[in-house]
Amino acid sequence: MQARWRFALAVAVLAALMTGPFVLTGVMVWADASGEARATLRLLAGQWLPLGLLTTATGFALGIALLARLFRHYVQGLLRMAEGLDVLRRANPGFRVPEEGPREVVALAQAINRIADERDRLLAGLDERVLEARRAVEEERNRLAALMAQLAEAVIVCNAEGRIILYNEAARRLERAFGAPATAAASGWIGLGRSIHALLDPDLVAHVFDSIDALRGQGEVHPSMQVVTATPAGALIRVRVSPIAGEAAGEEISGYVLMLEDVTDQIEREASRNELLFELTEGNRAAIANIRLAAEMLHLPDVDEAMRARFHAVIVREVEAVSERLEAASRAFADALRARWPLEPMRGADLVRAAEAYLRRRLDVALKLEILDEELWFDADHFSLLQALAFLAGRLVEDYGVRTLRLRLSGDDRLVYLDLMWSGGSLSNEIVTGWELEPLGLGGTRSPLTLRDVLERHGAAMWFDREKARHRAFVRLALPRKRSVRRLPPPATPAVPTTQEEGRPEFYDFDLFAWSAEATALEDRPLTELSYTVFDTETTGLDPAGGDEIIQIGATRIVNGRLLKHESFEQLIDPRRPLDPASIAVHHITPEMLEGQPTIAEVLPAFHRFAQDTVLVAHNAAFDMRFLQLKEEKLGIRFDQPVLDTLLLAAFILPNQEHSLEALARYFGVRVFGRHTALGDALVTAEIFLKMIPLLAEKGVVTLRQAREASQQTYYARLRY
Amino acid sequence: MAKKVLVVDSDENIVIALDFLLRRAGYEVAVARDGEEALALADSFAPDLILLEAALPRMDGFELCRRLRQDPRYGECKILFLTARGRDIDRAKGLALGADGYLTKPFSTKELLEHVERLLTAGAA
Repeated sequence: MQARWRFALAVAVLAALMTGPFVLTGVMVWADASGEARATLRLLAGQWLPLGLLTTATGFALGIALLARLFRHYVQGLLRMAEGLDVLRRANPGFRVPEEGPREVVALAQAINRIADERDRLLAGLDERVLEARRAVEEERNRLAALMAQLAEAVIVCNAEGRIILYNEAARRLERAFGAPATAAASGWIGLGRSIHALLDPDLVAHVFDSIDALRGQGEVHPSMQVVTATPAGALIRVRVSPIAGEAAGEEISGYVLMLEDVTDQIEREASRNELLFELTEGNRAAIANIRLAAEMLHLPDVDEAMRARFHAVIVREVEAVSERLEAASRAFADALRARWPLEPMRGADLVRAAEAYLRRRLDVALKLEILDEELWFDADHFSLLQALAFLAGRLVEDYGVRTLRLRLSGDDRLVYLDLMWSGGSLSNEIVTGWELEPLGLGGTRSPLTLRDVLERHGAAMWFDREKARHRAFVRLALPRKRSVRRLPPPATPAVPTTQEEGRPEFYDFDLFAWSAEATALEDRPLTELSYTVFDTETTGLDPAGGDEIIQIGATRIVNGRLLKHESFEQLIDPRRPLDPASIAVHHITPEMLEGQPTIAEVLPAFHRFAQDTVLVAHNAAFDMRFLQLKEEKLGIRFDQPVLDTLLLAAFILPNQEHSLEALARYFGVRVFGRHTALGDALVTAEIFLKMIPLLAEKGVVTLRQAREASQQTYYARLRY
Repeated sequence: MAKKVLVVDSDENIVIALDFLLRRAGYEVAVARDGEEALALADSFAPDLILLEAALPRMDGFELCRRLRQDPRYGECKILFLTARGRDIDRAKGLALGADGYLTKPFSTKELLEHVERLLTAGAA
């Protein structure tokens, strides 16, 4: 009931209560009275009634005023308060109930406002904690990502089933060693949710995992195993595997950490050292045997002139042959001859600058740098070389009172020279040679290495010399110059359009620990759990049967409901036929761009590998699938994965909308970058597909089977119209 | 009667020098330049000792040694490898195939002659 009506009712009741008893008494008195008494009553009433009415009316007015006041303060006040509470609860948390009205109402309002304050404090704390937690997680994530990226070793973590949960850049770079084509931006070898069986022989993996299990069974706390395996591309990979599990004996292994290293070079070096050794020992045996035999023959008194001449010639010829072999071997195996200390290529200028800082902290000496060539490279063990320089400088300063040292870097074709120069005072090479045998150490730090160790490690030599004209003396360290510095090119990553807030690419997904692909048949698994390859193609035209060809494939992956943009695939393809000018207007791919690109015969198998074990998704998939399927027989591959079409799915959930990719992107609020590049379209399709999954679920479409059935319905519906 | 030594080596200088040295030491000497020639000569010449290089054309010394040791006619014949194959594994192989000694090149002529002498007198005793 509205307050107005309730007020009217209250007034009516008040009126009735004030007049009712009086009227009732009057009626009863009137009914009981005789004719004479009635006349008296009438007289009295005529005389007193106006006064009575007046006082009653006054009382009534006072009553109404009181009632109105009560209403305004209690009934209407409480209703206002209730509305205020709604505002406070839903619309504006900062709103406070006005503390006015009678004491009781004010007390209530105050209590309400206190509760609101309390709520705000709790919420604020909660928000802060949520933010804090998110920040901590984000920080940890970034730290992990940075750490993983810094590791030179390739690291892959997989779950017990062999699905990849985490990997780093180094692992991606290693894909080449497994035979990933250099042209394709991403291959099907390493990716979240992918099986490591693509990389490593399943039998080998099973053997290693079983062996680790067995080791744990024997009570080993940190079992690990190492194997070397050959890749199809001919590289040798060393794989070190450790399990991820608690230390308790019974605890199940939830996954494995694999550290991979390409040891092809290492083993080749080893082999070439062996070859060298063999060449120098066994290879010379016959020749030296001849020489020795000839020498002994020449020694015999009864050898005739002819034979003497013959064996003389043998000696000359064989000694020449041995010398030549020696030369050839030392040329061919120069690298193998050097000590096998892990050396890194480094630039001389960098070392000299580092040495300057290192010496300044340790020695009381004025230092000057003289870098004659910035691009002198050599292989060095950075720190031991620094120690060697510091040792030499220390000797010069402490034993010879040198106050100003000049660090000079120069070089020629073959050698790099690091000189410690000073003016005046002379040394001898005997002293310098003596230093070589002393342990390096400076300012109390002791190193077990001697200068000679460091020199040998670097294949270096050291001597003392003078520049007479400038009256300078110097100790020179000579190192073999490195001619070509091979820097590994960064792996080609597709130009994935990203926005600022999306941050760095993610190379891990710990939710995959709990992932089991074999738990249920693919068809009955929820859409949210499947892995998808969302792809798009650009073609020379619209008629694959008439000879139109694919000129670009772009694809991206969805794993565990996440779009993995950094695991994208993008490749131009030489169609070996002219482009239709009309199609160039659509995709802007010109014939020049296709020159030198691989053919479909090379790219499609790579894409097939990329898409293995996933559900294919495309917008108007039938079109793209026709192009793929026409190539299947010729290339001996089959795209027999389940296929979902975002066009058909859109028709199912939004029957009254337009279903073009642009329209759907608008509807779902998906930002469009680079439309009409295959990867750009694939990314848009993928985001649309992800937004469709919850809408499909509202319509009861949860599993892959249901999605396929729904697509079919709309497909037939479209046919019918 | 002088003991007979068959020298098997493809290196002409070795063959000439050994021929000279062994004749000088009082042995009857025949020479073969490859494995098959050696097998034929072993039959006609009937040597008491064969000086054998492992690395030979056509049939290598190890194979020759194995065949000779399978033939009962050469049961008394000594086989001494004199070879440029110096690895332990080659020595083990030669001895396993039935050789009586294994000398590696380069060698001292004095030691070689002593070794030949020792093998031949041991065979006579």
